[in-house]
Amino acid sequence: MEKVLTARIGKKDSRSIDTYLADGGYTGVKRVLTSGMTPEQVIEEVKKANVRGRGGAGFSAGVKWGFLPKDTKGKPIYLFCNADESEPGTFKDRLLMENDPHQLIEGMILASYAIRCRNAYIYIRGEFYDGARILERAIGEAYAKGYLGEKILGSRFSLDITVHRGAGAYICGEETGLIESIEGKRGQPRIKPPFPAVSGAFAAPTIVNNVETLCCVKHVIDRGAEWFLKIGRNEKNAGPKLFCISGHVNRPGVYEAAMGLPLKDLIFGAEYAQGMKGGKKIKAVIPGGASAPMLTAAEIDDCPLDFDGVAAKGSMLGSAAIVVINEDACIVDVAKNLSKFFSHESCGQCTPCREGTPWLYKVLTRIEAGQGRMEDIDLLARICNQMANGMTICVFADAAIAPPLSSVTKFRAEYEHHVTQKRCLVGARAAELVTV
Amino acid sequence: MSHTRYRVMEAGEARRFPPEAMARIEKILTRYPTKQAALLPVLWVAQETWGWISKEAGEEVARVLDLPPSHVDGVLTFYTMYNLRPVGKHLLQVCTSISCHLNGAESLLERCGKRLGIGLEETTADGKFTLVEVECIAGCDRAPSMMVNDQYFEPMDAGKLDALLDRLSREA
Ligand SMILES: Cc1cc2nc3c(=O)[nH]c(=O)nc-3n(C[C@H](O)[C@H](O)[C@H](O)COP(=O)(O)O)c2cc1C
Ligand code: SF4
Ligand code: FES
Repeated sequence: MEKVLTARIGKKDSRSIDTYLADGGYTGVKRVLTSGMTPEQVIEEVKKANVRGRGGAGFSAGVKWGFLPKDTKGKPIYLFCNADESEPGTFKDRLLMENDPHQLIEGMILASYAIRCRNAYIYIRGEFYDGARILERAIGEAYAKGYLGEKILGSRFSLDITVHRGAGAYICGEETGLIESIEGKRGQPRIKPPFPAVSGAFAAPTIVNNVETLCCVKHVIDRGAEWFLKIGRNEKNAGPKLFCISGHVNRPGVYEAAMGLPLKDLIFGAEYAQGMKGGKKIKAVIPGGASAPMLTAAEIDDCPLDFDGVAAKGSMLGSAAIVVINEDACIVDVAKNLSKFFSHESCGQCTPCREGTPWLYKVLTRIEAGQGRMEDIDLLARICNQMANGMTICVFADAAIAPPLSSVTKFRAEYEHHVTQKRCLVGARAAELVTV
Repeated sequence: MSHTRYRVMEAGEARRFPPEAMARIEKILTRYPTKQAALLPVLWVAQETWGWISKEAGEEVARVLDLPPSHVDGVLTFYTMYNLRPVGKHLLQVCTSISCHLNGAESLLERCGKRLGIGLEETTADGKFTLVEVECIAGCDRAPSMMVNDQYFEPMDAGKLDALLDRLSREA
C-alpha cells in the first residue's frame, strides 16, 4: 500500500509548514473553507468513510460527531485531540506528532469546522516534551500563515488550538478522565451517560478523538470517502492504519499498512518486523496493547489486524500495539508485569478496580515467586470475574483483567508448574528454584 | 509515572511566582474558559520555576488561580510527574513496562541503582541523580527505553548506560 499517514515521515524538515505546503498540505482546509462545503457535508463524508476511532474503541468518528446536539443552547462545542498515548506497547501518535505535526493540525481544523468548534485542545501526555514543543512551533506557524486564529483564510470560521500537557496518569487517556483532567481536576472517569458529545468538558458538548483518527480525517477530506473505503479488508475495516510492533522481534517499529494486514505478515514480513529475534518460536502475542487478551501462537494464523478480525479471535485491536513474546518468556512473569501496570494506574474510584488490581498483582507475584497454591490459579479467574462486566465506572477494570484471565486460560500448565515445581516452565529460570 | 500516588506533600520555603512566570500564567489563562482549567499548565510552570512543588508552592498556585489549596493538593498528588520533593539535577526514568521488561529493563534499572549507590525514588548525596521507575513511555520499539529529565535515551544497554552516567557525572 502507498503510505498515507506516514508519507512525509523521514523527509527533510517534515515538521515545517513550508515543506508541508509544498507537499500539498492545507489544500483540504482551503477547499473546504472557500468552496462553501458545509460542516454537515464534512461530517457526511467522514461518516461515509466509516473512519473508526484509532484510540482503542474503534467507534465511527462521523457517527460520534453526529451525536452532537443540533441546538447547544448557546454553549460552545469542544474538540479534544487525545494524545495521551499511554497504553503499554503503543508509540504511533508520538511518531505522527513529532514528525508531521501539520497533518494533525489540518485534521483538527477540518474536524473543528465540521463540528463547529471554536476552541480545540491537544491533550498530550507529559512525557512528550519534544512532541509538545514541536506542536507548539507548528501551531505558531499555522497562525502566522492564517490557518488558525480569527477568520481563517478570510472565511467566517475561526479556531484556536492549545497544547495541554498531561502530567503522568494513564487513566487520563480515557475520554472522560481526560475531560476531568482538562478541567483542572484529578483524571477520574465519569459515569456515562451523559456522553461527552452531549455534556462533556465544562458541561458543554465535547468530542474526543485520537491523533491518528484526526490525521485520517485530513486524508478523507483530501481524497474522499470512496478512496478511504477501498483501502483495507472490507468497508467496516477500512483505511490506512499504523501498527506498533515491539517485543521479541527483529525489527520493532511503527508500520503503516492497509487495515486488515495479516498479523503473521506484520511479524514475519520482510517490509515489517522480519521475524523473531534469534529465530525463536512465538509463545504469545498481545494484539492490541496491555488491555488486550493474549493470543497463542496457534491463534495468530489467519488473523487480520483490524477491529473485527482481532475481535473474532476473542481479543481486540485496541491501539494496534502488537507485543510479541517468545517461547523463553515466562507467561506468569508477563502477566505479573502487566498487572503491576494496572494496579498502579487504577484511579481508585471503584472498589472492584481499586481492590482487584493490586490483589491480582499480589497473587501473580506469589505464584511467580514459587509461593503460590493451586487454589491461587482459580482465585485469579475469580477476582477477574468480579471486576468485569459493568461493575465499574470505566472499562479500565475490563482491560486490567485481560492479561491474567487470558494467560491463565491459555497457558494454565505454566501456572501449575510454578505452583508445583516452584520454578518457571521455560527460560533461564526453569532450571533453578525461583523461591527465596 | 512513579507509584507513590497520594503521597503527602513536603514543606518548603515561602513562594511567590517571579514576574516572568506570572507573565506566562497570564498567557495560559487566556486559553481556557475557567481558571481551574489552567491548573495543570500552571503546576508545570511552578515545577519549571522551582524544580519541585512544595506545600507552599502549591499554595501559591492556589492563590493565583483562586482555588482552595486542598483542591490543588488533591490534583498534585494524583499525577505522578509533579515532584513533591526535590529531585536531583538528572532525573533518571527507566521504563519497566512490558516491551522494555522483555528486553532487559530490570537489569538496566539494577545497574543504574548499583552504579549510583541509590535505590528507587532516591537521590545521590551530591544531588546529581534521582532514580525512578516509570511505566511505558511510548519508546517500546526502542526498548529498553529511558528518559533523563525531558530527553529520551533509547534503546539502552549496559554500555550505553555507563557512558551516559559517566558523561552526566562529569558535567558540572
Ligand atoms: C483506560 C483507557 C485508556 C485510554 N487511553 C487512550 C489513549 O491514550 N489515547 C487514545 O486516543 N485513546 C485512549 N482511550 C480511548 C478513549 O477513551 C477514547 O475512546 C478515544 O480517545 C476516542 O477517540 P477515537 O474514537 O478517535 O479513537 C483509552 C480508554 C481507556 C478506557
Ligand atoms: S474502573 Fe478503575 S480506572 Fe475506571 S473509574 Fe473505576 S477505579 Fe477508576
Ligand atoms: S514498554 Fe517501555 S517504552 Fe513502552
